[in-house]
Amino acid sequence: MRRAVAAGAVLLVVPLAALAEFTLSGFVQQNSAFNAGAANPDGRHEKWLEERVQLKLDGRGETWHVLAKGDLAYDHLAQEAHSELREGYADHVASDWDIRLGRQIITWGLGDLVFINDVFPKDYEALFAGRPLEYLKLGVDAMKLGVYRELAAFELVVAPSFRASRIPDARRFHLFDPMPAVTNRVTVTPGQGEAGLRIYRDIAGYDAALYLYRGFQRTPAMRPDSLTAPTKITYFYPKLSVYGASLSGRAGDGVLSLEGAYYDSREDRSGNDFTVPNSQSRLLAGYQIQPAEDLSLGFQYYAEYVHHYAAYRAALPAGFPADERWSHTATARLTQFFLHQTLRLSTYASYNASNGDRYLNPELRYSFNDQAWGALGVNVFGGKPWGTFGQLAHDDNVYLQVRYEF
Amino acid sequence: MKRIGLWLLIGLLPLQVFALDGEEVMRKSQAAFLYPGNDFKARVVMKLIDKDGQERVREMTMLRKNAGDPGGDQKYFIYFFRPADVKDMSFMIYKYPARDDDRWLFIPAINMVKRIAAQDKRSSFVGSDFTYEDVSGRDIEEDTYVIEREEKVGDRDCYVVKSTPKGSDADFGYKTTWVDKGSFLPLKEEQFDKKGARYKQFTADDVADVNGFPTVIKRTMKNLQTGHRTEVVYLKADYDLGIEDNLFSERFLRQPPHKWVD
Repeated sequence: MRRAVAAGAVLLVVPLAALAEFTLSGFVQQNSAFNAGAANPDGRHEKWLEERVQLKLDGRGETWHVLAKGDLAYDHLAQEAHSELREGYADHVASDWDIRLGRQIITWGLGDLVFINDVFPKDYEALFAGRPLEYLKLGVDAMKLGVYRELAAFELVVAPSFRASRIPDARRFHLFDPMPAVTNRVTVTPGQGEAGLRIYRDIAGYDAALYLYRGFQRTPAMRPDSLTAPTKITYFYPKLSVYGASLSGRAGDGVLSLEGAYYDSREDRSGNDFTVPNSQSRLLAGYQIQPAEDLSLGFQYYAEYVHHYAAYRAALPAGFPADERWSHTATARLTQFFLHQTLRLSTYASYNASNGDRYLNPELRYSFNDQAWGALGVNVFGGKPWGTFGQLAHDDNVYLQVRYEF
Repeated sequence: MKRIGLWLLIGLLPLQVFALDGEEVMRKSQAAFLYPGNDFKARVVMKLIDKDGQERVREMTMLRKNAGDPGGDQKYFIYFFRPADVKDMSFMIYKYPARDDDRWLFIPAINMVKRIAAQDKRSSFVGSDFTYEDVSGRDIEEDTYVIEREEKVGDRDCYVVKSTPKGSDADFGYKTTWVDKGSFLPLKEEQFDKKGARYKQFTADDVADVNGFPTVIKRTMKNLQTGHRTEVVYLKADYDLGIEDNLFSERFLRQPPHKWVD
């Protein structure tokens, strides 16, 4: 592996000396989200308030490509500036293989805000605080090797270190906490890396893919040192493997998407440890149609099945909210364009029939001209206090994004 | 013997010209307009201009490859340069004349390839006044054709062909196309709604010889009811470049090869 990386690096550097084509672009952006109901736990009335600049440098040659995308932002809530390398990678491209080294955004699977085989890190706070959609994804520092054969295309991702998903900040969002009195909290991140493989090809006009992942849960589990008199809570990322598949293609007048995976909870295969998510099966069926010009509708049905449910229920301490064995979620998205596709109305709705969890996100986006656009949207959450969206029931917000691109 | 041959020739000549019916004219026109060469590449600058003159510019590289004879399946690959919010997006279409297209969109911001539903070939292409059908063609079998007359457009002799949809589900009543008798390119087309009112007008504003193929390198589609129009200019157009079939794949949708998208 190390030799392949070294060889890749050498192959990248040599053609860099050749005549190159570089472009610099970027944007300035203002992004605010105001509470529509209650104040934040920290007493403030905004979920997000920042100005941001992004610079993107892109260079290409016949057999290589480099990209660096960096952000500089001033956060008015934390009253601090921060910088971030969003993506930074180099590619070498050969006839039937290619390699990408560096920080990169990887998206697998077919779901619309439903993630089964997309095991890569996400920023849920960005989604709930009304930031542009691209901020939902976080880059991973990884090597991605693509091999393209008649039989299939293979995409191997190896990351030497683990990057967690970002969950909403407890100062800005009302998060469910079963043990609020315990203030001594530590987070343990995995010392190991992770690997994933995606194999895909066309089968009779359908896009078919297989996915394998060996790594960790992206969101932390919490373990108290004692159930009766806890003094310390440890956040950790349980070991996880995912084995999945997907298929998409035309069906009737629309596009049908099917996706499924088995989540092998390697940290607790028997399901006896209530602090670790049980092994699960996850299934998704989606259908997208275009009933009229500039209008599209998407529907999804998503199910989660807990494999060792009896063991989970037996181990769950009294007073803790229990998940159902089956969880059924339906989602719908409507997208309508107006004014020569310069004005877009998009509405996403999700409802979990098992626990009442619900989320609604209407958004209106307008391109003022070829450089500037703005979006106005609302995030509405509801459900039981311990549900993914239910816990955010007091965090409804109205957000505004304005961007000038250059 | 010689004399008989000559008579035969003289007898056949006008017959052949007159034998061309409306459908044949439109088949030849489609072949000349949308199918020349085995493959095609152009840098396309598309200006969307509203009735007050405000312009929006979409700039892209368009690649096309024919699967077989004119009128058959085609693959399209489109890579966007402008506007900024769609830069680096790429779009792939497998076009089948008699059924719905397969379409895929690559969204670079989240590095995702998405298959998109494409039921309506008469819907707008990237918000312009051109529909997908205007860009990639309409199935010849869907309409009936009559040569109404012959007429000049500028100094070019044209067939004037009326095309009427066979089914009632089309969103237009009929269209009239002025097809150049020499090159078979459409030089002008007017689309009429179901009430018979003219609502869209296509004009070929500039025709040039590109690698031996007469090519419309500047065209305008105007919506006569709203006053909105779209002007399209082909820069760096070329044919028969040897575009490989595997370009039209998820791999290159995610990472378009440098040599094809400049």
